[in-house]
Amino acid sequence: MSKDDYGVKIPRTSTVPAVGSEAQLRALLTALSGVDAVGAEARAAQLATRSIKKSTKLAAIDLAISMVDLTTLEGADTPGRVSSLCAKALRPDPRDLTVPSVAAVCVYPDLVAHARSVLADAPVAVASVATAFPSGRASLNVKLLDVHEAVAAGANEIDMVIDRGAFLSGRLGQVFDEVAAVKETCGEAHLKVILETGELVTYDNVRRASWLAMLAGADFIKTSTGKVTVNATTPVALVMLEAVRDFAETTGRIVGVKVAGGIRNTKDAMKYLVLVNETVGSTWLTPDLFRFGASSLLNDLLMQRLKQQRGAYVRPDEFSGD
Amino acid sequence: MSDSRLDVRKTYKLLINGAFPRSESGRSYEVTTASGEFLANVAQGSRKDLRDAVAAARAAQAKWWGSTAYNRGQVIYRLAEMAESRRAELAEHVALAEGLSAKKAQKSVSRAIDRMVWYAGWTDKIAQVFGGANPVAGPFFNFSLPTPSGVVAVIASQNSSLEGFVDEVLAPISAGNTVVVISSERRPTPSILLGEMTVTSDFPPGVLNIVSGITAELAPTLASHEDVDGIDLAGVVGDEANELSITAAASIKRVFRPNESDTATTTRRLRAFIETSTVWHTIGQ
Repeated sequence: MSKDDYGVKIPRTSTVPAVGSEAQLRALLTALSGVDAVGAEARAAQLATRSIKKSTKLAAIDLAISMVDLTTLEGADTPGRVSSLCAKALRPDPRDLTVPSVAAVCVYPDLVAHARSVLADAPVAVASVATAFPSGRASLNVKLLDVHEAVAAGANEIDMVIDRGAFLSGRLGQVFDEVAAVKETCGEAHLKVILETGELVTYDNVRRASWLAMLAGADFIKTSTGKVTVNATTPVALVMLEAVRDFAETTGRIVGVKVAGGIRNTKDAMKYLVLVNETVGSTWLTPDLFRFGASSLLNDLLMQRLKQQRGAYVRPDEFSGD
Repeated sequence: MSDSRLDVRKTYKLLINGAFPRSESGRSYEVTTASGEFLANVAQGSRKDLRDAVAAARAAQAKWWGSTAYNRGQVIYRLAEMAESRRAELAEHVALAEGLSAKKAQKSVSRAIDRMVWYAGWTDKIAQVFGGANPVAGPFFNFSLPTPSGVVAVIASQNSSLEGFVDEVLAPISAGNTVVVISSERRPTPSILLGEMTVTSDFPPGVLNIVSGITAELAPTLASHEDVDGIDLAGVVGDEANELSITAAASIKRVFRPNESDTATTTRRLRAFIETSTVWHTIGQ
């Protein structure tokens, strides 16, 4: 075990428990220990005070840029807007070729084909929200068709939402089956499961929903849609990262985490990177296993990067808006 | 029963975005009276405080310039009203800071308040006096309109703790700019009091931001900040002012350096942070 693994011992063989019935799933999830809410909040707050400077900060900024899912999820989105988003995703700062591309662009399903054609075979993935985003309130057939069309149009990653109504009223089997069915429909595409933690009320629910999603086959678990009042918070991310760690230790399957909503500046992004490093270790500090879902974050990262280089605060309009 | 009660000592804090934070750095420094006795502990601002202040000023600028000139005048006049009702406190601090007699300090406060009223009057006259319709040889109306530069940094005068300060911040504000000011290093308390008054006189948050601290440490940050459109170097002289002018040039700021001829009735400072935009408009039938 290397030093920077922080004690995460991942078994070589994958042994994800098969979930045969709702009763079995319920037993698995209720066996999870409760979250110490005060402890989680204190731990997250303490890690948030860590300060990262100079060359470490520059490296962290570049890492964060490479982890961004550059997102536009507005009713007013147009192909033109998606085109400029894709251009920005490829070359976040066109004057400086040392700035890495972002991980993915994230759009609504109807704009996937356009995004894919603009990006061609560039190493930037196209992610699409699906399954009646953001509420998740539609029949399974509608959701699967939504996913199917997005994948057919060229989406490499699918961000699905869970049905919080079903989860909160205890219909865990329904949520599990939906995630499993969507995973199957995804085929090669990566599946990110949005838990919408702002609507799950308690940390215990967040932990259970994380396990449920991972058991059902999620490649990533994601905090929020960005469409409700409460978005990603550091304690919630901590709980999810712990779930991912425990899941990896018990089953040998490594699942990624995506935080989304309300992450607007470099300082916030640094907090999450520290949290990842201290909870699951540096193995997760890669775009393959950790993502930021954001739109305005990228410009702040670029501004901070330029500030480190120039030694002076820069204008926000140095960089294009969306 | 004893008459003794615990001292309620005042903390002199920064003014950023309508709130009074301590410095992000947690530092404070000691300010003395003109005769060298302890006066107060004042927040010692840092580069990050200035960064926050500039962000607040930038966010407030469009709305401040977007409000009517008449409204801006009323807001500044309201500040004069607030200062008038707290003139005793202002005079006390001016006397302590500048080492003036009580009478002279009161006169200084009166002049400062009169200047506020003067600037309140200017808001809706700037366009009339410094703009206008230009005669052109063609079928066009041609107008020149004074518009604000944007975010203006002020290195406040080191000596004139209230009068100078009022001039330096209200000139750009009345023209529609928003201001980040580094207050006098040794005599900051009158300006901090004035800052408190702006919050009770309908100044939108972010229009005036005051950062107290060590001028030599703070000024280069504002001079180099690329999101600042102009800088008033009232509080620095000689080589230091030259250095800051050179630093400011990198981001093409307007630089204002006061001189001896800037008496109370000149409008040089008022005109310092104005950009003139000229509009050609066809004459219709």
